[in-house]
Amino acid sequence: MGLVSTNVAEWGGAKSAARSRQILTLRGVTLSFGGVTAISDIDLDVAEGEIRAIIGPNGAGKSSLINVISGVYRPDRGTIAIGDTVFADVPGSRVARLGIARTYQNIALFKGLTVLENVETGRAATVSSTFIEQVIGIGRARREEADTRARSEAVIDALHLTSVRDRLVGTLPYGVQKRVELARALVSEPRLLLLDEPMAGMTAGEKQEMAGFVLAARDRSNASIVLIEHDIGVVMGLSDRIAVLDYGRKIADGTPDAVRADQRVIDAYLGVAHDDDIIEESHV
Amino acid sequence: MTTASIPLPRPVSAIGRVPTWLLPLAVIVFAYAGIPLFASDYLYDAILAPFLALSLAAVGLNILTGYAGQVSLGSAAFMAVGAYAAYNFNLRVEGLPLLASIVFAGLIASAVGVVFGLPSLRLKGFYLAVSTLAAQFFVQWTLTKFSWFSNYNPSGVIDAPALGYVFEGPHGRYLFSLSVVVALTVFAARLVKTQTGRNFIAVRDNETAAKISGVPVLHTKLLAFAISSFIIGVAGVLWAFAYLRTVEPHGFNLDRSFQILFIIIIGGLATIRGAFLGAALIVVLPLVLSRAGTFLFGSYFDSGVLDMSQRILVGALIIVFLIAEPDGLAALGNRIARRLRLRSPTN
Repeated sequence: MGLVSTNVAEWGGAKSAARSRQILTLRGVTLSFGGVTAISDIDLDVAEGEIRAIIGPNGAGKSSLINVISGVYRPDRGTIAIGDTVFADVPGSRVARLGIARTYQNIALFKGLTVLENVETGRAATVSSTFIEQVIGIGRARREEADTRARSEAVIDALHLTSVRDRLVGTLPYGVQKRVELARALVSEPRLLLLDEPMAGMTAGEKQEMAGFVLAARDRSNASIVLIEHDIGVVMGLSDRIAVLDYGRKIADGTPDAVRADQRVIDAYLGVAHDDDIIEESHV
Repeated sequence: MTTASIPLPRPVSAIGRVPTWLLPLAVIVFAYAGIPLFASDYLYDAILAPFLALSLAAVGLNILTGYAGQVSLGSAAFMAVGAYAAYNFNLRVEGLPLLASIVFAGLIASAVGVVFGLPSLRLKGFYLAVSTLAAQFFVQWTLTKFSWFSNYNPSGVIDAPALGYVFEGPHGRYLFSLSVVVALTVFAARLVKTQTGRNFIAVRDNETAAKISGVPVLHTKLLAFAISSFIIGVAGVLWAFAYLRTVEPHGFNLDRSFQILFIIIIGGLATIRGAFLGAALIVVLPLVLSRAGTFLFGSYFDSGVLDMSQRILVGALIIVFLIAEPDGLAALGNRIARRLRLRSPTN
């Protein structure tokens, strides 16, 4: 895989063959805001260790789907199964404990915290010591703090953020902030990672680096990844299966090659040619 | 550090050259050993006593508003709860040590704070601030209405008990206040560096992302109210026992709540030392203003004019700070220190 950056090779290792277990199952999920239907009757399966891309034009409902899976939005109908647990709506306060972590289309970092502190917050769900134990710094509080620190620094090193470790995230460039978000998600060691346009606005080099991080994240812990991305080249290279949304409906689902050849996908992306559009079509 | 094979040291933060605990430690040593060398009774009773009590209240409010982002206009109410609770524990429980009365008073203030913090689970920003006003009015009304709280004293103004032990006289009261303030400030400074402290800031900066990342948002908000109210309640005890030496509801009115809010805005939100810088400014300002006014305008500058000019000046200061230095005196201090360091040739 040409996309893997050599810098993350130490993360690598052979991709696990165990693909049979289903980590996420959506059935008939529908979400509307007022009268506007954002997503309509969506079925989606994600297997363990799979990189699952969701693509589609702007407004197709991709981010809404991620928000439903991570419990930010509550769907009107349908079920969401995470592992073996079936939900009508996923409780947002429990998603971290369910093993789900995510990044956001518009960066949602904690501006008043440093890079290290942001990443450490990704371990919040694992903390069981009380604030008094933490202030005194004894027993399990000390162990938890040391564990959080060690894991956070490992992820920061792996994502090449060491040089900005103690900077406030608000002072960092956009591409670096995107990486901090990924680090905050990875440090919780999720079994399902939801990435909402992790490479938007990045340069070609940054995209390649990010793609390497995504692959390494999957290969290291056999996590499943749901990825929204507009760069078709990146998507085709990274994904095991691709679901295509248009106007809130799933119009195609399959391997990159199958999706690339699907006429409805071509229509959705390039527009359907009408009879009087011959000249335009010849350009395509 | 000349060869590339030696691992580079971790990048130092802006103020990383001197250990960060050195300056606070120097201030504490000076407060215990330096100030008593020259302090007069006036300095103890009129300046340091209110300064310490207001600083501590501001540390408490800063945890809630500065760190956890929950705006509160009920600080004076929690101070009143602390003061009255300590008074009643001291009065009604035979042989209870003063320190125990103060801790219990803090816990009562903490419980009241959690109750009035419940709206924060649904309300944000301006709406939450308005709902904390309920604490202000309700507590003041309760303490006036039920004379049991003031031991059926006809005037409603009660004398605070003496602190006892070695804490007699202006110097003793100062040492007492100082020790309480140092202990709780060290606690607060540690707290904001723990996972709980990071959770506070996460909830303040992005509540949705905090929740999805596994921060227990509801628990974190109520904990912020509980810890903040505990500290503010103890500050109320200091205000009543070590400064005014009386306990009355009107000392804890809405003006006091605003005063503490102004202290943390001017001093710097989400900084510990900002609470002390802001409190120093608020306490010293009227004294400086009074001296300057009398010097410039003589007898025209009476107490009414002083009060008004003080309000105008504080109001103007807040506007200036919000526009020019939203991070307050603490950030201003940092910036000046950095300038000086850049100018000095050794660095």
